[in-house]
Amino acid sequence: MKHKTNNHISKNDTKGQTMKGADVLVAALEKEGVDVVFAYPGGASMELHQALTKSQKIRTILPRFEQGGGFMAHGYARATGKPSVCMATSGPGATNLVTCIADAFMDSIPLVAITGQVYQQFIGKAAFQETDFFGMTLPIVKHSFLVLDKEELPKIVKEAFHIASTGRPGPVVIDIPKDVQQALFEPEFPDTIDIPGYKTDVTLPEATDEELLEVIKLIQDSKKPVLYTGGGIISAEAHLELREFAKLTGIPVASTLMGLGAFDSEDPQSLYWFGMHGTVAGNWAVCDCDLLLCLGARFDDRITGKIEKFATEAKIAHIDIDISEHNKNKIVDLPIHSDIKYAIRRLIELWKKNKFSQPDISEWSELIQKWKAEHPFSYEASEHITQQEAIETLYQETKGDAIISTGVGQHQMWAAQYFKFREPRTYISSLGLGTMGFGLPAAIGAKVAYPEKLVVNIDGDGCFLMNVQELATAKIEKINAKTIIMNNQHLGMVVQWEDLLYESVRGQTILCDKENIGGPDNLDAIYPDFVKISEGFGVKARRVSKREELRDAIQEMIAHDGPYVLEVIVPYTEHVLPMIKQGLSAKEILLKSPNSK
Amino acid sequence: MRHIISILVENKFGVLARIAGMFSGRGFNIETLNVGPMPDSKFSRITATIIGDSSALDQAIKQVSKLVNVLEVTEYSKGQATERELLMLKIKVEPKQRTEIVQICDIFRAKIIDVAAQSVNVEMTGNPNKIKAFLNLVEPYGVIEMARTGGVALKRG
Repeated sequence: MKHKTNNHISKNDTKGQTMKGADVLVAALEKEGVDVVFAYPGGASMELHQALTKSQKIRTILPRFEQGGGFMAHGYARATGKPSVCMATSGPGATNLVTCIADAFMDSIPLVAITGQVYQQFIGKAAFQETDFFGMTLPIVKHSFLVLDKEELPKIVKEAFHIASTGRPGPVVIDIPKDVQQALFEPEFPDTIDIPGYKTDVTLPEATDEELLEVIKLIQDSKKPVLYTGGGIISAEAHLELREFAKLTGIPVASTLMGLGAFDSEDPQSLYWFGMHGTVAGNWAVCDCDLLLCLGARFDDRITGKIEKFATEAKIAHIDIDISEHNKNKIVDLPIHSDIKYAIRRLIELWKKNKFSQPDISEWSELIQKWKAEHPFSYEASEHITQQEAIETLYQETKGDAIISTGVGQHQMWAAQYFKFREPRTYISSLGLGTMGFGLPAAIGAKVAYPEKLVVNIDGDGCFLMNVQELATAKIEKINAKTIIMNNQHLGMVVQWEDLLYESVRGQTILCDKENIGGPDNLDAIYPDFVKISEGFGVKARRVSKREELRDAIQEMIAHDGPYVLEVIVPYTEHVLPMIKQGLSAKEILLKSPNSK
Repeated sequence: MRHIISILVENKFGVLARIAGMFSGRGFNIETLNVGPMPDSKFSRITATIIGDSSALDQAIKQVSKLVNVLEVTEYSKGQATERELLMLKIKVEPKQRTEIVQICDIFRAKIIDVAAQSVNVEMTGNPNKIKAFLNLVEPYGVIEMARTGGVALKRG
């Protein structure tokens, strides 16, 4: 039940009435337009929760584990692009957020993590539930604050949101000692921000016309160009510009997983995504191209394979807002420091103004179409439901109109292969850090942001168990997020590597009784019973193991008014293909898997 | 290779830890490190000398520049900057050796700032080569204690 707010402050006020630091924080969050926080209380943060009960603008959602709350904030931020808030108490509450913060750092997600800290007089004294959270998170934040002076609290909140969401987005930590939360004072809410070392607000970096004309010249001279597009396109909300630029130039587009949906995967120019498990056509096109235009991506090892063998014949231009990404993993010919939205828009203007025509890349396009036709994502028919088939069926039943979150592993790759993402911010996945257990809380967060949209977590049985407690959050908070568990009773991706590299020796990759492994042919041995677990949480659930039940179950899941867990029993013997093994080049891509044991 | 890096920062809680972490997290050893306030006390200048591979260091410097509290990073290669370091030494000296020590100090424009029965305290400033040469000469007497500020540097011209 929400109480009447006693600290209401309009947007233009700069001075507030006397109130507690905790109320100041809430007022400052309201000023930033925050409408939801994912917060787990404790001794050093309960003051903040008391203040939150008085807010009429902010919905406070209680996760059942701080990490769950952190990944709910991820789901919200990744689905909307807006900074999102998670909150925890000091000590263990805070340390449980560390993985979420590291994840936001890797994937450039605007996450604001607020933690309670012990009274300042106890800092450094190994007080109960004290950790140096500021120090602990230094290598994984874009920036962080320990609020030592209560008067600075409003300014710090404003700066934190600004830093998290501008430039290359990233996580910001605000650690607030309990005495600051309890102190009574008249807050002053600043209207402007002045951070001498961070001028992104005033001037986003912009490419010069000379640089962009050089890019155009490279395009004009190329016979085999490829656009390599990353998460930067989505962070900068530049997908419409990208689509226009691709049409204008006729260049094929290969995305990273972070960039999925920025370009329509069903467009003939789309190579969908490339990298370790990406399309053959995408990988070969990038490998053989003579011009690679990298837009907002970072030459990650899962994309490039062996870096020395990556796009060896190509001139490479790299446009990125983060200058430290230039020449980090791959030395490029033309590094351009720019806001990606500006750069693409200006490229389009320059192209039109000078009436450039498309380069003649007909031979290249034909070759690419041939590769696409010869090597689509494909899997062999099985007597059992396979993960690929389940995801394909989900795609058909949703007609692609859903936000998908995932855990990490085989199902994550198959989700990206068989669910065709056509719009940005619809594939919500922990890609840089690769955090198992991400899917369920992320789906809950995305669903909070978009209650009217269908949100489905495609998960594995290993991942699901890592944050299964968030079923309680979904149920109690009435957050209608769905989960499909691809239950193969194994840690499938590690099993796949064991098959390929370790002669199928299982090193703790079996999740059920090793002597009696569950599967489509041994249903009685399936462990644990996810349907019963879900029912224990009051969440409707269903298990399917037969093909003829699958479509009906997916329809039932979509139609159900409430959270839902659909457990699909699948064999563990399937491998994600194609695959470029570590240390190899795109040309050595594995198309067929040696049979696993 | 030895690099001198001069970093202008906001004088904020934790800024030194952020910068040190950026180098140590990438396997660089910071050889010397100096922090001092600027005329406007909101800012400080950090001077660090670091030994390491140039391209890897270039990357680390870009990452340091990105830190919110960092205003400016300059790397001085050899000869671009004047560089000085302050050295203080407690040298073991028998009374009969004092004149020798005074002579060496004179040559290096070092100052004796404390004299005791069996030792002297000496201060000296200079570039790394001068400090090395001075140390070579006085070490045989026995260096009891040593403190160095680490280099500070300013661009020439």
